[in-house]
Amino acid sequence: MRKVSFPYMGTSYIPIAKLMKAFGNEVVLPPRPNSETISLGCKFAPEFACYPFKIVLGTYVQVLEAGADTLVSTGGVGPCRAGLYTTLQEKILKNLGYKFEMITLEPPGRHFSDLMASIKKLINARLSFRDYINIGRFIWKELTLLDRAERLSHKTRPLEAKKGETTRVYKKCVDLVAKAESIKELAEIEREMELLYGGIEKKDFDPVKIGIVGEIYVLMEPSANLEIEETLGELGVYAERSMFLSGYTVSNAVMDLFHMAGERDVKKLASPYFKEMCGGHGRESVGNAVHFARRGFDGLIQLSPFTCIPEIVAKSILPRVCEESGMGFLSLTLDEQTGKEGVRTRLEAFVDLLFAKRKKMRLSSAKSQLAKEMS
Amino acid sequence: MAYYLGIDVGSVSTNLVIIDEEGNVEEAVYIRTQGQPIKAVQEGMKMLSFRNRKKWDIKAAGTTGSGRQLAAVIVGADVVKNEITAHAVAAQKEVPDVQTVLEIGGQDSKIIILRDGVVTDFAMNTVCAAGTGSFLDQQANRLGIPIEEFGDHALKSKNPVRIAGRCAVFAESDMIHKQQLGYKTEDIIRGLCQALVRNYLNNVGKGKEIRPKVVFQGGVAANSGMKAAFEEALGMPVYVPRYHNVMGAIGAALLAREAGVENTAFKGFGVSDINFAADSFECRGCPNRCEVVNIKMEGKVIARWGDRCNKWKTIDSSGAA
Repeated sequence: MRKVSFPYMGTSYIPIAKLMKAFGNEVVLPPRPNSETISLGCKFAPEFACYPFKIVLGTYVQVLEAGADTLVSTGGVGPCRAGLYTTLQEKILKNLGYKFEMITLEPPGRHFSDLMASIKKLINARLSFRDYINIGRFIWKELTLLDRAERLSHKTRPLEAKKGETTRVYKKCVDLVAKAESIKELAEIEREMELLYGGIEKKDFDPVKIGIVGEIYVLMEPSANLEIEETLGELGVYAERSMFLSGYTVSNAVMDLFHMAGERDVKKLASPYFKEMCGGHGRESVGNAVHFARRGFDGLIQLSPFTCIPEIVAKSILPRVCEESGMGFLSLTLDEQTGKEGVRTRLEAFVDLLFAKRKKMRLSSAKSQLAKEMS
Repeated sequence: MAYYLGIDVGSVSTNLVIIDEEGNVEEAVYIRTQGQPIKAVQEGMKMLSFRNRKKWDIKAAGTTGSGRQLAAVIVGADVVKNEITAHAVAAQKEVPDVQTVLEIGGQDSKIIILRDGVVTDFAMNTVCAAGTGSFLDQQANRLGIPIEEFGDHALKSKNPVRIAGRCAVFAESDMIHKQQLGYKTEDIIRGLCQALVRNYLNNVGKGKEIRPKVVFQGGVAANSGMKAAFEEALGMPVYVPRYHNVMGAIGAALLAREAGVENTAFKGFGVSDINFAADSFECRGCPNRCEVVNIKMEGKVIARWGDRCNKWKTIDSSGAA
């Protein structure tokens, strides 16, 4: 039996592991990236490779040591070098003497037969058409539930009366989803989730709203972005990420299959600033920033791995987008050298800035209101 | 009369100030941290207690700087604020219509942009400490000039030498090279100041619109050569406040004053005699492997941080580690 493993990103390991198991493989669960993962990654990666490359490489070493013989990852097209990362990682790991097969899942629209060949290798069980439908429905439900749990946590955390309660509830929800085995169970969990979040005691106020954009891996993996959403939530801020697992899957796999551009709206929003694609998620970062601005967000944070070209391009455009729409802007560069305390200091100052701005706006609007009444 | 205490624990210096109800500085203490923040805070408190002739009635205490959490636990602070906000508040008190704050400390530098009395943007150095106080200190030492006189030497120069300023290591080798070629020390010093200002404006100040009035604060603001170099590069006067080296602490005290504290958590100046210690351990509860820090008072754990999951945050009353 194949012993399959894959990169760790947010809670995606839960549905991926179940999918691999349903296809008749054994799964070696990747560990949450920790200091050991990062030091392994930095040791074997080229120095100027980006942070996601290092974390994923470190994860591969850890799962290969734990007995995995097949690594599955997504490939990509376009100028972002991450599309070629699996090839480079495979070379590095084979030079180190590990024996395994690397299976790269390319986007279906452009490499359909490659993708099918790759998937065939991963299907090691006899499954009927009905089985496929059931597996598909279950995995999709699980993905959307995990996203839902996370969205609820972002909404609830800034309002919580007792610090840390939302994080506790969120972890519980993830655990519940991870243990579910049937779509019926998932439906029950969905109801329970609402109850759990509803049961958290909340303060009543309108929190400062910050949108987060940037490169997908550092955006989605809390250990890579030093738990930025949790930190912001605990500072009393509603933080919303521009990307979620289910949305990413739709735009990059399903839409691509039908040769449709994913996230078309976002690209359209970016077009006054950004006409060409620059690879990675550079254009999406700009488009999502415009989207956040239109929805009345107070501030924008951009997360980028050190040396990430697409995000560097976006970084030079984002200040203008933010200035035109009156949003505060903070850009954070992340890699293994980034310290949580330094990030925290900047986040605190940024939140202070947004609070002060809001207070001033309220004051001036109250003044003009008064002037109107007097005249 | 009511007084407020502000403490700024930075990488190089630990500063303490006492301000009165109007925000006037009553007393200011500047101590080298030397990698021992607990000791530095206690020493500062001791110095303050020696000068405490009026028996200050401390209504609230605030801390800031990279060691703000630690200082807050030791003295019992009501307000714990990041240094960017603290510096902005202090600069505004000193120069109410300030629009730009340049701050260069021991190991970090920052720029704060204010418009109509509100902070609208800021930046801190990220990748490199070139051009901060520690580097200037080291160069003054190497040239055999006391750091206090460094700026005056720069002002004497008529023909500054161009020094590479991108990186502290290259700046140093470039300086040595220019010395070997026989350039005058004062010209090299002025060239160094210009290089550091250039580096600051290109790095920390990148993309920021610097408008007057400009306030220059932090330990390096004492260096008249640096002030002159900033004025030259910006083409506008740069104002250095009287208490430029303790502005962070003043900001913390002002924030404490504004917090409307009813019952302060301040433990009194006697904390200098209490035995505080810190140690750490690696939690093996999960793959995160957080390094958890214990802060102990008289052997009892009074605070803990460093864990991501909050598992260690609650401390039982016995205080056993």
